[in-house]
Amino acid sequence: MLEVCDLTIRFGHKTPAVNNVSIAVRPGEVVSLCGPNGAGKSTLLSVLAGDLPPQEGRAFLDGRHLHDYSPEELSKRRAVLEQSPILAAAFTVEQLAGLSIAIEASPSTFRDVVTDSLKAVGLHHRAGDRADLLSGGQQHQAHLSRALSQLSSTGIEQGKYLLLDEPTARLDLAHQITAMKVVCRAAEQSVGVLMVLHDLNLAAAFSDRVILMHEGQLVAEGSADTVFTEDRLSEIYQAPIQVDRSPSGTLRVSPIFFADSGKPRRIK
Amino acid sequence: MYRLRITTTFKVFATLGVVVLAIAAAELVYGPVSLSLWRVAGALLGWGDPESTAIVTQIRAPRALLGLVVGTALALSGCALQGVLRNPLADPGLIGVTGGASVGAAATIVLGDTFAMGLPKDIRPYLLPISAFLGSSLVTGLIFRLSRRSNTTSVATLILAGVAINSIAGAAIGVMVYISDDQQLRDLTFWTMGSLASANWTMVMVTLAVVVIATTVLTRMGRALDLFQIGERAAFHSGLNVEQTKRNIALLSAVAVGGATAAAGPIGFIGLVAPHMARLIVGPTHGLVLPASALLGMGLLLGADLAVRNIVPPAEPPIGLATSLIGGPFFLWLLITRLKGRGLLA
Repeated sequence: MLEVCDLTIRFGHKTPAVNNVSIAVRPGEVVSLCGPNGAGKSTLLSVLAGDLPPQEGRAFLDGRHLHDYSPEELSKRRAVLEQSPILAAAFTVEQLAGLSIAIEASPSTFRDVVTDSLKAVGLHHRAGDRADLLSGGQQHQAHLSRALSQLSSTGIEQGKYLLLDEPTARLDLAHQITAMKVVCRAAEQSVGVLMVLHDLNLAAAFSDRVILMHEGQLVAEGSADTVFTEDRLSEIYQAPIQVDRSPSGTLRVSPIFFADSGKPRRIK
Repeated sequence: MYRLRITTTFKVFATLGVVVLAIAAAELVYGPVSLSLWRVAGALLGWGDPESTAIVTQIRAPRALLGLVVGTALALSGCALQGVLRNPLADPGLIGVTGGASVGAAATIVLGDTFAMGLPKDIRPYLLPISAFLGSSLVTGLIFRLSRRSNTTSVATLILAGVAINSIAGAAIGVMVYISDDQQLRDLTFWTMGSLASANWTMVMVTLAVVVIATTVLTRMGRALDLFQIGERAAFHSGLNVEQTKRNIALLSAVAVGGATAAAGPIGFIGLVAPHMARLIVGPTHGLVLPASALLGMGLLLGADLAVRNIVPPAEPPIGLATSLIGGPFFLWLLITRLKGRGLLA
């Protein structure tokens, strides 16, 4: 289990970015971290990734303090996809996808793992192309396949975690679904997934559990049905939000764009 | 596909190796006194005539070896710094590391006699490399510290700090020039222009010892440097101990540049140009870029030395002029052609 207990993080003397939050992610579970900009979601993810030490409270991976793990040990247990991954070299898509694989992996494991992860994100046909020349969304997918390769090459079966910071932000609708399917497949292989998501519909459709944060605090946690209520969302997002069900039965969260007249208004 | 890749790589490295060997052989053959390859071989293997033996073993061989060592040191440091900072402009000269080494060396040339009188004679040849190394590591430590901001290294700050340090170093060397006597001024002037001319076996061995250790470790940093290309956080997520690796690379570069600068003076552009050429030839993977940079650094520096020695013999323009004359236009060409299209990545 990957967890933080009573976590508080402050930057400077301002109000805490994360204020007394406890959450946990279990193997095989997809958890979405939602909330308005500045709610502390990415900061919380950074602590769970091992980037930031907890200032108050504790962070554990399978009962052991997260900061007792060496970077190498951690890399075999959790992979992270940053919000804006960067690439400053002319690597091919294939080289990028294999970059985070541990050095002791055999060449055949290396090739298999890279091929599988590129297939999963739908980039195997671009394997030989330069990754830095792909579109922003495709680059993001290539980095996602790098994170997948890192996890599946370790030889560890249980207790692996995938942490994703807005994995769908740069993707079109079809690729958003691809990315979510990748996430679900990872969870089927008992990887615990924690993702920061702004798209509440995706969060509702693909998560086992959602966590709603606001101003550094945990507002609600549980199934999307119980957490995403109209009143709660409208209050923390400070905008009128409607929650209903689509004809297929999934939860549908939509902002009410034109609360006054109900009609689109054109700016003259 | 896989086999083809290996053989292509092998061919590239074999070609580079042969070119470097050919330039090194030319360095032994050509000079104010031209020797045949046969006489050079004789001198090296111990059955040559006294004249060619003296020329080859006392003058040209140490000079060629020093060229190989200095070229490797500058190219690998440049490659490692460019990699770790994810910046194609990073060069030991640009970020002030060479400047620091120069101040250390200049201080030894001018003030060494005053302050190091009491030192045993055996230690004195080491004084210049040690002070150059101290200068380069001081600057490396300082610029990495200055440019650290909230757990990451700011490249812009690093380069601006380098500019500031270079101007301070220039002023410090100006002070040394001002207080030096005629002989020191002459030593200093020639030293700051860079040259392999003062190579002798003691100097070569000291430099070799310093540089070989640093460069052997640097060439093993391929994966780490690859990981730095996806940013320091992602490198950490991939299992790299980022701060420790950065410290090691900074230290090793400082050692290598300090040793090279002490022996041959500040030589520009090798550290900048060799890694770029290497990336153009072998691609972006540092496991290949590092050794290719080393070979190209050797070839460029020895080639420049060969040119300056033979252009107006027996006079010898400083090697720094040649590397800047080759490196400057090459860098401009690189900027113009690469920036027009895809940036400086490949």
